[in-house]
Amino acid sequence: MRPIFNYIDRPSPIHRLTGATKLCCLLLWSFAAMTSYDTRLLAFLAAAGVAVFVLSRLRISDIRFLLGFVTVFMVLNNVLVFAFSPEHGVGLYGTRHVLFSLGGRWVVTKEQLFYHLNLVLKYLAMLPVVMIFICTTQPSEFAASLNRIGVKYTVAYSVALALRYIPDIQQEYHEISQAQQARGIEMSKKESLLRRLKAASAILIPLILSSMDRIDVISNAMELRGFGKNKRRSWYMARPFRPADFAAMGLCALLLAAAIFLNIHNGTRFWNPFI
Amino acid sequence: MKKSPIVTVVAIGIGAALFFVLGRFVAIPSPVPNTNVALQYGLLAFMTALFGPLAGALIGLIGHALIDFSYGWGIWWSWVIASGVFGIIFGLLAKGFGVSAALAEGQFGGREIARFNLAQLLSHLVAWGVVAPGLDVLIYAEPANKVFLQCLVGGLGNIVTTAIVGTLLCVAYAAAKPKKGSLKEEK
Amino acid sequence: MSDPIIQFDHFSFQYHAQAEPTLHDITLSIRKGEKVLICGPSGCGKSTLAHCINGLIPHSYRGESTGRVSVGGRETKDTSLFEISRTVGTVLQDTDGQFVGMTVAEDIAFALENDCVVDPALHERVEKAARAVGVETHLSHAPGDLSGGQKQRVSLAGILVDDVEVLLFDEPLANLDPATGKAAIELIDEIGQQTGAAVVIIEHRLEDVLHRHMDRVILMGGGRILADVTPDELLAGSLLKENGIREPLYVTALKYAGVPITAQAHPDSIEHMLLSESDKAAVRDWFCRTPPAPQSPERETQLAVKDLRFAYDNGREALHGISLSVRKGELGAIVGTNGAGKSTFCKLICGFEKQQSGTIALSGCDWASLSIKERADHVGYVMQNPNQMISQTLIFDEVALGLRTRGAAEDEVKARVEKTLKICGLWPFRSWPVSALSFGQKKRVTIAAILVLEPEIILLDEPTAGQDYRHYTEIMEFLLDLNRRGVTVLMVTHDMHLMLEYARRAFVFSDGRLIADAPCAEILTDDEIIRRASLKETSLYTLAKRCGIEDARAFVARFIDYEREAAHR
Repeated sequence: MRPIFNYIDRPSPIHRLTGATKLCCLLLWSFAAMTSYDTRLLAFLAAAGVAVFVLSRLRISDIRFLLGFVTVFMVLNNVLVFAFSPEHGVGLYGTRHVLFSLGGRWVVTKEQLFYHLNLVLKYLAMLPVVMIFICTTQPSEFAASLNRIGVKYTVAYSVALALRYIPDIQQEYHEISQAQQARGIEMSKKESLLRRLKAASAILIPLILSSMDRIDVISNAMELRGFGKNKRRSWYMARPFRPADFAAMGLCALLLAAAIFLNIHNGTRFWNPFI
Repeated sequence: MKKSPIVTVVAIGIGAALFFVLGRFVAIPSPVPNTNVALQYGLLAFMTALFGPLAGALIGLIGHALIDFSYGWGIWWSWVIASGVFGIIFGLLAKGFGVSAALAEGQFGGREIARFNLAQLLSHLVAWGVVAPGLDVLIYAEPANKVFLQCLVGGLGNIVTTAIVGTLLCVAYAAAKPKKGSLKEEK
Repeated sequence: MSDPIIQFDHFSFQYHAQAEPTLHDITLSIRKGEKVLICGPSGCGKSTLAHCINGLIPHSYRGESTGRVSVGGRETKDTSLFEISRTVGTVLQDTDGQFVGMTVAEDIAFALENDCVVDPALHERVEKAARAVGVETHLSHAPGDLSGGQKQRVSLAGILVDDVEVLLFDEPLANLDPATGKAAIELIDEIGQQTGAAVVIIEHRLEDVLHRHMDRVILMGGGRILADVTPDELLAGSLLKENGIREPLYVTALKYAGVPITAQAHPDSIEHMLLSESDKAAVRDWFCRTPPAPQSPERETQLAVKDLRFAYDNGREALHGISLSVRKGELGAIVGTNGAGKSTFCKLICGFEKQQSGTIALSGCDWASLSIKERADHVGYVMQNPNQMISQTLIFDEVALGLRTRGAAEDEVKARVEKTLKICGLWPFRSWPVSALSFGQKKRVTIAAILVLEPEIILLDEPTAGQDYRHYTEIMEFLLDLNRRGVTVLMVTHDMHLMLEYARRAFVFSDGRLIADAPCAEILTDDEIIRRASLKETSLYTLAKRCGIEDARAFVARFIDYEREAAHR
């Protein structure tokens, strides 16, 4: 089981881009989607994301399990926003067009619906690119990519170690929890919360204390093989940039520039169709 | 016994992996429907006390970012940063209160428990009372009352789990640390 | 004679946190191209000696030292750890800890990356090292897809990318099955010859290392060097037994037969040892003289497993119909390679996983509807590493945990825990913190914590992994004692000696099937089973053949019986 990256080996132009390029593009893209509330830009990002998704030869079936999480999270967030702040859109856009009332203070306005549309678009603008990143980047290329975009190599290697040892730790957790269940330790709903937490500790304590030993062994092994010797290091998985890489990064930089330009041009982050 | 900068690099990596596994796969159902108790902050506090504020910040940042990533919605920066901020502040407080030094020596008694929990309380308050909601409003322009309530619920949960899991971990670690002393067999 | 590559000169070392020095007055030199085995019981200082060779002492561990250590002609305390690592390549015991890369290729490349080597040299050197150890077809595999033996090969390749002059192996056999261990020793020997590097192996499994020729054996004890001699000289002397190291089985057998062991006879290899006609006659004579042990009466079946099948979520079938029965009071071993289905089988018994079909019944009652917790009242499962089970700080609480979660009254808890602690020999330590115990004692605590629930069967995963002969004997004698009290004991193991010496019966798994269910002597003399289950034939078998004993199987069985008798006289 690959818990984070879900590399799908189905060669495409996107697969051929280096990991560093994809990481850089992901960051530029997400900053563009994050800073802007310009509906036109968000819609464009969502549409472009879908186009790139098709280009990378991925299928909906590849990412079905993740779509579920995102949908639930998105719906929940929208419901919460409306429940707590039904007038948030009115405050942002400065007008109030009432559509109908759900009773009490929960009045549905055009402004509020428009705000929700923007929230949903933000998810849709991010979703395809995140999926593309997860499915077309080799996990081993990721650390090299972080280092390439300027993260210190020791920190990049910490990330690599995390990715390397997640499956081991997951397995160890599973084994310890089974052995403890046999001794009668349960975390199910039948128990009180305090007892559940105590039960969890009976699993976590051996897991974490044995991880402390693991830290010692790994750092010895790394030290004995010269980790930290130089100010920089090379990466086996690093690949040289090609013209396509520069083009991709350039395009994403343009998107971010567009987002910033629109924010300045509109005088606000919110594109307002109501005035 | 052993202290080198590489130990910190490894501790960050393993810490983030543990943070991820606890946050993503270890679900303890909480009394509120559809939510789970976040155990990873107990771990984060323990590792921060042991390996310092920098390690704490990076374990929080990397671990939380990986969790977000694995759900597929990208990275919810405001909360990821808040986890990192918790690591820094708690690390500094734990150092300042002398908790880190005591833990490294295998000392974790009543005094340390009180200070550890004071430090985690303050750090969680800053992280979930100020940083996370502030950034949510600033970056995502979400309604203030909604994010404050969300952060309040999350933050309170984190304080409780850190108090229980974090304290238990520190006590267990201190007890497992070999100390000089004379143990006598009882007949 | 070439200059020494490693030189210790009246060297003593004391760890910062310890009250006593760990190494006392070590004087030792190892030359290029030499093959040296360092052995000794746990706590004898052999790992510390390894740390001194690879530079972790003094560069990573704090402590006080006197005397000098030099590697490659330079004193280690004046040379950086990185410099030393260019001369000394270390393969650690924990192959998962050493495997830091996400894939085989990246792990091999690790040292080169740290040296900022770039392509094309980077890829070329990785490929060359991978070919040297035979993992070149697995370059893109993740560690999770490799067996223990393959991981160890990758670790070796990872140090071969540099032209090191010393290859240092810390307990290379600890996590390998017998056949893989044998292959590892052969590979180490070949690599040593090809590179001309000095080979230093730290290991307490003497017989397995001596599968290939070693130039010298250094025996350590109490932080001192007790002997620095050829293997032949060591085997001819009596130091091994006195210091808790297992001597090769064929040597023990020859001694039983009254054959004197001399260095001139080259006892370091059963194939090449000089055995005179009178020696052979003595062995044959001993065989005829020793009566077979009386057969113990057959007891009723306790655990009956019928046609058990299991497949993972991805559809891959891990068990293809296992049927076996375990009799009451039996002491059995479950053996086979990694992935043969041993641990899956145990998980199904304990209820951690659910079988697709087949039945498990205990004393005639079907277990299908029983939960993990309910099964645990009958079958106790002890994990390999006690640190993975212990969650309480005090021994009493740890043992009491299972009773308390079952809601037993505190009086009863006290009574039962105390009784169990007495049985397990932990009574004198009852109020100690768990952390004050040795590894072997911790293992006892985990067994006690299972035993307190009074199961009829205990199931142990590698009960003696990582233990030296003395602790190993201690744990096994304890289990034997429990067994005599009527507890059925089943152990999953890679250790051939363990199986041969203690188990009455072995269940051999291979590729998800049970390929043999027979007395151990029978299994370890059957070529076909040995090959399929990645076991290794016992040297007793070879000895019997060399002495012209037709029924080698009976000879092995006779030896085991005699040993057991001898142990309990």
